[in-house]
Amino acid sequence: MTPTTPTTPTTARPSAAASTVGAPVLEIRDLCVDYGLGPKAVRAITDACITLHRGEVLGLAGESGSGKSTLAYALTRLLRAPGVITDGEVLFHATGPDGAPAPMDLLAATPAELRRIRWSQLAVVFQSAMHALNPVARVDAQLTDALKAHRAGMTSAQRRERAVELLRMVGISEDRLRSYPHELSGGMRQRVMIAMALALEPQVVIMDEPTTALDVVTQREIIEELMLLKERLGFAIIFITHDLSLLIELADRIAIMYGGRIVEQADARQLFHAPRHPYSLGLLNSFPSLHGERVRMEGIPGSPPSLATLPSGCAFHPRCPYAMDRCREEVPVLMSPTGETGERTAACWLQDGRQEVPAPLALTASPAAAPTASTPTATLPAPQRPAGAAPSDGSPL
Amino acid sequence: MTTEVEGRVVHGPKRPGVPALEARSLTKHFPVHNGLRRGSTQFVHAVESISLALPEGTVTAVVGESGSGKSTLARMLVQLIAPTSGELLLDGEPVGTSAKARRDYTSQVHLVLQDPFSSLNAVHTVRYHLERPLKLHRRPGSAEELDELAKSLLERVALSPADRYIDKYPHELSGGQRQRVAIARGLAVEPRVLLADEPVSMLDVSIRLGVLNLLDELRERERLAVLYVTHDIASARYLADTVVVMYAGQVVESGPALQITESPAHPYTQLLLSAAPDPQREGTVVLRGRGAPPSLIDPPSGCRFNTRCPFAMDICRSSTPPALPVGDDQVAACWLHSPDHKPEAPVAPAP
Repeated sequence: MTPTTPTTPTTARPSAAASTVGAPVLEIRDLCVDYGLGPKAVRAITDACITLHRGEVLGLAGESGSGKSTLAYALTRLLRAPGVITDGEVLFHATGPDGAPAPMDLLAATPAELRRIRWSQLAVVFQSAMHALNPVARVDAQLTDALKAHRAGMTSAQRRERAVELLRMVGISEDRLRSYPHELSGGMRQRVMIAMALALEPQVVIMDEPTTALDVVTQREIIEELMLLKERLGFAIIFITHDLSLLIELADRIAIMYGGRIVEQADARQLFHAPRHPYSLGLLNSFPSLHGERVRMEGIPGSPPSLATLPSGCAFHPRCPYAMDRCREEVPVLMSPTGETGERTAACWLQDGRQEVPAPLALTASPAAAPTASTPTATLPAPQRPAGAAPSDGSPL
Repeated sequence: MTTEVEGRVVHGPKRPGVPALEARSLTKHFPVHNGLRRGSTQFVHAVESISLALPEGTVTAVVGESGSGKSTLARMLVQLIAPTSGELLLDGEPVGTSAKARRDYTSQVHLVLQDPFSSLNAVHTVRYHLERPLKLHRRPGSAEELDELAKSLLERVALSPADRYIDKYPHELSGGQRQRVAIARGLAVEPRVLLADEPVSMLDVSIRLGVLNLLDELRERERLAVLYVTHDIASARYLADTVVVMYAGQVVESGPALQITESPAHPYTQLLLSAAPDPQREGTVVLRGRGAPPSLIDPPSGCRFNTRCPFAMDICRSSTPPALPVGDDQVAACWLHSPDHKPEAPVAPAP
């Protein structure tokens, strides 16, 4: 792709502002990843299939060792040895230099092709901003680096202007441009990371636990900003986290991973109200609620398996309360659960229609059946200025 | 839940009798040295005058963001950090400073740390970790007795059969199992008070509840007084009898766990609850009070939350609010609840 003239984010992609979910932008098909070679290789991801649509937020949830980060690294071709992609394809609907669609298989792409689309069309926000930012380079140098590499036509004044604009976009003032990463708070560092990822207006942003190390209030602020930016710029997000309760609030669709496989994929609200895989159900029951009566919850017995010694059949069967004989022998395939159609899939033998599905896994997702939430009631008067306004200037209310 | 003693507000579950552990006006100011500029030492005001009572058989949760002073409080309670001022009372008796008194104290009050990956020594087996405190504090007569005691500890934290775990190294155990070993080690000294500093935040989601349920069982079965330090208000609500919310080194609100999450009275508690992930939430979140906690070297005058508070009044910037009653056993340090400074708009009663 030849460098294009720099544009402001609002005019960059006129069609992108649409918040509706569009055509597929990233299709992952039967992706398999091993760590190591030969007979001692450990299979980290098996047959992962995910489709990401334009403007969509796809949540990827799972525990440590479930393969969710490996998946992100593999599809961006950032996986380092001993990680090996053994099978599958990742189809990325990139845009060519003339703006025409130019689909490409990321797994077959040459280093030069990868260089062209990385950052400009496919960006990554890593978990630990402290480790992902260069501690001896100032924020402006790190922000303009990608512009320098991808937009050869820009002058240094233009790059600086763009860097200021990017910082403002994520709510950081201009005077932070000459700061070093250690001079910023954790939340600000993560904001800089997001600004960097958005510098070239990518179509897809992959976020690997972007807010895990932050306090809840900072996390909420960053996610709010991110969603506003997504509405405005129209990029799609793959959001990787272990916090399913957060994901249900912000994602459109959620894929749950366990033992290197995707075990369930569903619309976020559907997954919350009517999970179809026992592991999803267990995960949902692992987050204490903020409302209602206090009930004892059990979480999931046992602990997540090591990928080196995965149980036979369904990897979840030793922890599954509904395990049948078949689960110990045959690996379940992702299929549409009994009586359902559409994009919703679950990898569980209970859902193959041969036996009655246990009641907790056969709930309907209709909103009427859903428990109504009561938001924490404020006992204070409403603030006498618009919500979100800056704290008082000193005048009494 | 609170009681008022000599003008001090004591946070923590209210139970008849003498609490197992009581802290009176604990304060910690860490000195910050300014390199060569001598004589101008500044202080980080990490914890300001907190009084806490932990009766046996109860769980008290301390909730706050990073930097709120909750870990400093836990470390002062276990005497890892000497408080700048204030005192500790064990069963109503002031804690002495002699070597023997300190040793007795460590066998009564024990701390479980956040990260079971670094709080266990990688080159020693589970047996070593458990037998060491047993030898030091319980002095068993024979090797058989020691072995039995160590195994019974593992059974108490639901690592059974104990034979399967006792000779393992930490790296052979999962995160949840390691945290159970850390708790078992804490129980070896037969403490009355167990302090847990973010005991589940490093663990996988699906096994967190197992560890929280274990703490609850220990409270119930062994009548331990448990202090649960966390940033996760939902898990505090799940486990604790009383929730104490800290902000910038001060307690801003405390009260019964369910009550405080249903009807938070302090603007900071409301902010914390509105920011917490909640899948049941309908509609979008309205955050009131953006920004970050203040620097504790030079904390804001008056209420330390006034720089972020959407309701801040003049008085909030000039004087520190006292803990005011806002419900059954619930107090909030906020001028909005003071009858003299109530804003003109009516304050809705707590449901």
